[in-house]
Amino acid sequence: MTSDHGLRADALYTLRVRPRSEKLLDIGFRQLTLALASLVAIVLLAILVTVFQGSREAMASFGLSFLTTSAWDPVNEQYGAFVAIYGTLVTSILSLVIAVPLGVGTAIFITEDLIPSGLRELIGLMVELLAAIPSVVLGLWAIFVMEPAIRPALELLHTLLGWTPFFDTTPQGPGMAPAILILVVMVLPIITAISRDALNQVPIELRQGAYGVGTTRWGAIFAVILPAAISSIIGGVMLALGRAMGETMAVTMIIGNSLNFNLSLLAPGNTIASMLANQFGEADGIQVSALMYAALILMLLTFIVNVLAQWVVRRLSLKY
Amino acid sequence: MTSSTTKPASSNSALFDRRPLHFDSKLPRNRLNGLFTFISGLFATLAVLPLVLVLVYVLVQGARLISLRLFTELPPAPGLEGGGIGNAMLGTVVVTLIASLIAIPVGVAGGIYLSEYAGKSWFGQVVSFGNDVLAGVPSIISGVFVYGLIVASRIFFGQSYSAMAGGIALSLLMLPTIIKTTNEGLKLVPNDLRLGAYGVGASRFVTISQVVLPAALTPISTGAVLAIARAAGETAPLIFTALFSAFWPEGIFNPIATMSVLIFNFAIMPYQAQNELAWAASFVLVMMILAANLLARWLSRLSKA
Repeated sequence: MTSDHGLRADALYTLRVRPRSEKLLDIGFRQLTLALASLVAIVLLAILVTVFQGSREAMASFGLSFLTTSAWDPVNEQYGAFVAIYGTLVTSILSLVIAVPLGVGTAIFITEDLIPSGLRELIGLMVELLAAIPSVVLGLWAIFVMEPAIRPALELLHTLLGWTPFFDTTPQGPGMAPAILILVVMVLPIITAISRDALNQVPIELRQGAYGVGTTRWGAIFAVILPAAISSIIGGVMLALGRAMGETMAVTMIIGNSLNFNLSLLAPGNTIASMLANQFGEADGIQVSALMYAALILMLLTFIVNVLAQWVVRRLSLKY
Repeated sequence: MTSSTTKPASSNSALFDRRPLHFDSKLPRNRLNGLFTFISGLFATLAVLPLVLVLVYVLVQGARLISLRLFTELPPAPGLEGGGIGNAMLGTVVVTLIASLIAIPVGVAGGIYLSEYAGKSWFGQVVSFGNDVLAGVPSIISGVFVYGLIVASRIFFGQSYSAMAGGIALSLLMLPTIIKTTNEGLKLVPNDLRLGAYGVGASRFVTISQVVLPAALTPISTGAVLAIARAAGETAPLIFTALFSAFWPEGIFNPIATMSVLIFNFAIMPYQAQNELAWAASFVLVMMILAANLLARWLSRLSKA
């Protein structure tokens, strides 16, 4: 009887031996995904190496003075990227100065139960769709609609503040100021989306506690909710800064692409990205190398900003 | 008697503020509260305004130019009237298709590796960090890279500018999105499903391909749709990789026209016909991209239900 039982169990529960082909397939699939995943690291390194190699000639002839001189003279082969670097930093930072209050304010408006939930969803959806509109379409809109529409305002700015060096040229179409405004439109969705997620993740107990001790809604927002969400919001702002620095098309179409330095925000300017977009296709010789050098600077700038963004989010996040 | 009842009452008033509990809108704090609510509402309006204005202009300017000719004809020579953007539409489809054929398999495989195999290994973290860095690389840099690697070196049959080079440049921009959404989608698949599959004797490969991937199909396809929509509108990586062409596509190893580059080129031309075609191309592009985004939202709703 026992032997009979044992026999039956044997027949029912033999361990299945994995065939060789199955093991091979398993290992092969793992190695395949590993190889394709490492492609990310390889591509990143390849980008760095290609741009670095390309810029070596310019590095050798211009050195670090490339960063501080503003000559961009293909005839005499003298290149300095100061105008473009200055333009990149000024347009991206000033656009954030405008976009951060707008974006965080919008995020608060659509998370803090100030309006019916249907309307909140609609505003959220519209801001997300704004992020999906291609940069080149925004550039087209900026040239034909936005810039003519805001020119009276810029002229007013010039008459009121024309005595400062920042507004001492008359607005004549393309310039830094319209470029800053179109950048605001482009980074707003990033700041709003990340701030909204950050505010939504603040635990409900914190709000209840704040209301429980009798604060007003905005008292709770400023004293409790924003401080709890601040690390993610700062991270989002840094990501937006990286995006603004690298933004190419809309800025290229509206900034005027001037190679001369001008402190005035109403005058045409340039950014590294728009310089690349404008000149790379027709450049040859050391100009290509100088452009690659500028591209390397842009890469380093965005890399630093993006890594700082991740570090801020990881390091500053409050433990509730 | 009366004194005994007033006594605790007076001690109460020392302990508690006896102001009425009902809401008084004239209090400074409540006025300030209202002011801030108004300001945030104003900011939200300002944030939504550009989208409404851009959409209205693109719709108004673009829709009246929509005709059959737009889809079937080539753009006119400078100074001439009429014409269409047929070659650019076809070109956008070709270049985006090339980019998708590269980025989707590689990205999904990379996401599978990160979620299913890498665990917390150092290499997985390197890939994950590298993916975040790649996502932050400006799109124009990807164009510069492909120019240096493919266009200037003429590795494709001695051709310099080509649809292939443009597609590769776009695929670099799609890759991080697809890896990230695949990784996150796979992490949402309950571990019980994997254990169940192993329990009935499935191998790792069968578990992933037959059980885990199908369970995460909606988030992965959402990510893919969003990445394709973004790539279709990208211009910066294409200007000096795919270049432009005034003719119908001549195979994937030749320069090709795309709608985004067409908008850029034609927007700054001083000719009315070209400017109008730029608006028409914007209309087609924005409609395609908005449709793709709404499709992606619908897909992600589907996975939540």
